[in-house]
Amino acid sequence: MKVVVRLFARARDAAGAERVTLDLPPESRVGDLRTALAADFPKLAPLAPSLLVAVGNDYAGDQAILGEDAEIACFPPVSGG
Amino acid sequence: MIQLTSDPIDYAKLTESVRSTASGAVVLFLGTVREMTDGRQTLALDYDAYTPMAETKLQELENEAHARWPIDQIAIVHRTGRLKLGEVSVAVAVSCPHRQEAFEAARFLIDTLKATVPIWKKENWSDGTTEWVHPGVEPAAESD
Repeated sequence: MKVVVRLFARARDAAGAERVTLDLPPESRVGDLRTALAADFPKLAPLAPSLLVAVGNDYAGDQAILGEDAEIACFPPVSGG
Repeated sequence: MIQLTSDPIDYAKLTESVRSTASGAVVLFLGTVREMTDGRQTLALDYDAYTPMAETKLQELENEAHARWPIDQIAIVHRTGRLKLGEVSVAVAVSCPHRQEAFEAARFLIDTLKATVPIWKKENWSDGTTEWVHPGVEPAAESD
């Protein structure tokens, strides 16, 4: 299945894109997404362990299963304030 | 009330918006753009946000604070875009019947905002380099 991932901050700069599309097996989990991002975008690899993943506007752990239509975002730790 | 905005924050108006005769205490927290960090000079900060999620998380924060303290009203506004030195990046205003819960709730709101709401700042250093701030992640200077 194809999933679109929005990227922010240093993750966006490293990938050189605001959105990337990944081809993942059905029933893939957030952890698989993290692995695929690092493989497809080598510049993201050093950041991969610290990336946070959000699915449907909420944080998702590595075991969460991804739906094809889910709104997915990926970004390094936040620094608002 | 929660809001993300690219316009300057009118914190006097924001403070006024939470005042009422139900409250005996109003606490206002302002985050402002600091010039020096660990000996390095900042010229400006760029703030970016994942807006729909940031709004969702801010609303959750407001709801959680209401559940934990006897709060009258809450107002939280965060800036996006480029901010100059001294500008207000975030304002949190809380009104409560008494000061202790107002201080506690304001502290909870700003501390949790900084840890969980998807907003990022990028340093524009005086040496011409830029750097996204990601707590716990090694800096990687960029040259854009």
